[in-house]
Amino acid sequence: MEPAAAFGRPHPLKPENAMNMPATKIEVETAAPASVAAPVVAMTPRRPPRAEAYARMAKETAVRVIPPLVVIALLALVWELVCRRAGSALPPPSKVFKDTKELIFDPFFDHGGIDKGLFWHLSASLQRVALGYSLSAIAGIALGVLVGQSVWAMRGLDPLFQVLRTIPPLAWLPLSLAAFRDGQPSAIFVIFITSIWPIIINTAVGIRNIPQDYRNVAAVVQLNPLEFFAKIMIPAAAPYIFTGLRIGIGLSWLAIIAAEMLIGGVGIGFFIWDAWNSSHISEIILALFYVGIVGFVLDRLIAGLGKVVTRGTAQN
Amino acid sequence: MTAYLKLDHIDKIFTRGAATTEVLKDINLTIEKGEYVSIIGHSGCGKSTLLNIIAGLTGATTGGVLLENREVNAPGPDRAVVFQNHSLLPWLTVYENVKLGVDKVFARTKSKAERDAWVMHNLNLVQMAHARDKRPSEISGGMKQRVGIARALAMEPKVLLLDEPFGALDALTRAHLQDSVMALHQKLGNTILMITHDVDEAVLLSDRIVMMTNGPSARIGEVLEVPLARPRKRLELATNATYLKCRQRVLEFLYERHRFVEAA
Repeated sequence: MEPAAAFGRPHPLKPENAMNMPATKIEVETAAPASVAAPVVAMTPRRPPRAEAYARMAKETAVRVIPPLVVIALLALVWELVCRRAGSALPPPSKVFKDTKELIFDPFFDHGGIDKGLFWHLSASLQRVALGYSLSAIAGIALGVLVGQSVWAMRGLDPLFQVLRTIPPLAWLPLSLAAFRDGQPSAIFVIFITSIWPIIINTAVGIRNIPQDYRNVAAVVQLNPLEFFAKIMIPAAAPYIFTGLRIGIGLSWLAIIAAEMLIGGVGIGFFIWDAWNSSHISEIILALFYVGIVGFVLDRLIAGLGKVVTRGTAQN
Repeated sequence: MTAYLKLDHIDKIFTRGAATTEVLKDINLTIEKGEYVSIIGHSGCGKSTLLNIIAGLTGATTGGVLLENREVNAPGPDRAVVFQNHSLLPWLTVYENVKLGVDKVFARTKSKAERDAWVMHNLNLVQMAHARDKRPSEISGGMKQRVGIARALAMEPKVLLLDEPFGALDALTRAHLQDSVMALHQKLGNTILMITHDVDEAVLLSDRIVMMTNGPSARIGEVLEVPLARPRKRLELATNATYLKCRQRVLEFLYERHRFVEAA
């Protein structure tokens, strides 16, 4: 009786049965051999391990890839049906493809001026982002460490940051054009000023959350401030810092597109604006597609980097 | 008795806003070189605060700590601490955690190869050399604490401070680690000051047991000598009359004369 009741307890369907009458107990007992037999069955199909592994891998990939493909296909179909009729304001996907075939298949042409392939536009935008974002990462982490470490700096700077970070990226552009008198540095400044706030704020939170234990260890070992910064602070705050960096890269990609529309020259933002001015709606749609893909890749890149760097810190 | 480590009239008052709490009151204690001293008391009596004061992590309000007749009031490797929750840095391997201290303490006196050998020597002392390339998240709680002990030992401290080092471990692991610490003390002759709330642990390991009264204003209530010969064997002591008498004495102090009053 006793072991049967104990055996029956993990049975997920009838937890209260073990307490009840003898009749229900028998039911529980019959369920037990079935659960014992289950793992034995699972052992047998292990014989062809490689083929099975491949099959499983293919299945896992399919499970991840098929649903988004289906959704995309459906959306494209709806889009096609809606925009197909004559007089529609926006082109259907088939027309987009037909209009932009040259741009898609030859992204590297360069006819001088701003008449360039999409690769060159994207690369110009990415260069601006790389420069502005690197500057904001360096300055943001440095300021974040200062604000996180010093109560005085936090009290002094935090209100300022909280106000400045709400200013929309483009609001900075006229001011920076006035200051730099040139489009290129102005665009880089806009990226810098847009992406720096989440980096500062997240770094500061990370620094403030360093466990007292780690500070004690550093004190006992007598690390100097520089060693403390490199060996304790940065690794301990790394998960937070990378959260900030990841938000920052997203914001800087948002900012560059808008800024380029206004400053002109080569760049994917201006390409879109130029296409609008010449009523090439299909080119706009293609450019949006590329902007989305690049933004996604940038985000994944920083996330992946963060994963590698914070390998040890994340789980304690 | 020659004083190696001397706690001289230590008071500690915490101030939060207008409220002040006197945690420690007039703590005097001298510890000889090579001695193993435990400080025992109920939780909240300020024994961890006392250890932090000795380690230099917290300042005393009045009074001071003398090590070899020199006042110490800042943290340093001469008073290495084994922390209650191991405090290993999770992004460093076992080897790197120990090496962090070794590189600082022996930066001038040992070559790179010597420092490497010294790290491995200390990992061997706590039987953790096999896990040198593992990260703290990959080893058990007992193993982490062993590495914590190796890190402290590797700094060649004058006094080794143990802050409830076995508190977070299960009973079997704890006994195992206590034996290891006893063997290390026997072999290296360190001066050790240990905070604990475990009566058996205190009697088994210590030469003297310092019993603290309840806070606030905790003071040293009684100091008990444990006149048991070393090496001590856990199993034999279970029936040893001296051991049982010492144990009884500490229990009486803690549970009769200074019973823990449930604070609101």
